[in-house]
Amino acid sequence: MGGVHGFGPVVPEVDEPYFHAEWERSVLGLVLALGAGGKWNIDISRHARENRPPGEYLSLSYYEIWLAGLERLLDEHGPPTRVLTAEEVPAVLARGGPVDREPTRGARFAVGDAVRTLNLNPRGHTRLPRYARDKTGVVERVHGFHVFPDVNSTGTGEDPQWLYAVRFSGSELFGPDGDPTSAVSIDAFEPYLEPA
Amino acid sequence: MTHSDLSDVQVRVRALESALVSGGHVDPAALDALVETYEHQVGPHLGARVVARAWVDEAYRARLAEDATPAIAELGISGRQGEHMVALFNTPEVHHLVVCTLCSCYPWSVLGLPPVWYKSAPYRSRAVADPRGVLADFGVTLGPDVSVRVWDSTAEVRYLVVPMRPEGTEASGEDALAALVTRDSMIGVGTL
Repeated sequence: MGGVHGFGPVVPEVDEPYFHAEWERSVLGLVLALGAGGKWNIDISRHARENRPPGEYLSLSYYEIWLAGLERLLDEHGPPTRVLTAEEVPAVLARGGPVDREPTRGARFAVGDAVRTLNLNPRGHTRLPRYARDKTGVVERVHGFHVFPDVNSTGTGEDPQWLYAVRFSGSELFGPDGDPTSAVSIDAFEPYLEPA
Repeated sequence: MTHSDLSDVQVRVRALESALVSGGHVDPAALDALVETYEHQVGPHLGARVVARAWVDEAYRARLAEDATPAIAELGISGRQGEHMVALFNTPEVHHLVVCTLCSCYPWSVLGLPPVWYKSAPYRSRAVADPRGVLADFGVTLGPDVSVRVWDSTAEVRYLVVPMRPEGTEASGEDALAALVTRDSMIGVGTL
């Protein structure tokens, strides 16, 4: 939703608690516990949360989206057979889920290269934000060779790709209404990019 | 109709949780351990330790800039949603601001669970197009000569802003410095 107008000011809450209702605790616990079961990956779960009509998505709170996503995952995949135990929790959380993989080829771009994002509008999951499509920027960092969410979200494999931080000027992204003294970097997978 | 103090969503969650527990698909003790971890153990105090160390130890700062994930792990800090960390150093010329316009990606390992405003449509929509306007919502005004660098966390890389060390803290020790570091300053919506 980057660049969309009309949502109003940001309203920080003073001394905000981590949870605003008991059920939010339950949803956090269930999503993490079931996610550790290995029946689905993080990209499948993001897609399950986000692939819904915009009106519905915007009407739900963060934990309501998590709940709706979890219900959909359980409908489609069933519960994992592997059950996370309390004893395993510290090690599982400390390990997390690294997505870097051993590179099987060289990176196409280097720091300083001018690149253009492709005008991609897939029906499925993607991590190329709409506001940064078909824009010219500069490679600022080469992050490594990472699992590609667009494919991993379909459950057909990790298809790792080179990942770059690409910097765009505020004017390139938002034209005369952008902030010329700002720049925005996105983390862009190689299939999103072409030489500029 | 019978009166109930439970909202629809509470009823849904209770039904789901009890079905999963009774079916043996989740261990209730694991749910408690997960919530306990994120409610009481992981939080911005961890990121503050990283920032304070970077302020007092030039060699550490260099390692943090070079590869933040192992540098943060040196302090015993690692974990979910912090597997691939990058540290961004504010200077008098450059101010960094972190957002996730696509969902709510946030460096849990160093800041804990994200606040509601970070996950909200106003922040996610405006941080990239009008970062100075967003900073104004937080009462922060930067000079026109300061460039604002926004980082949209669109992959699994997570960003930690290292704010500038406040003036007049030259005599402070590392623990006292860590106590000065706010969560908002490590997201980039606050200054110290």
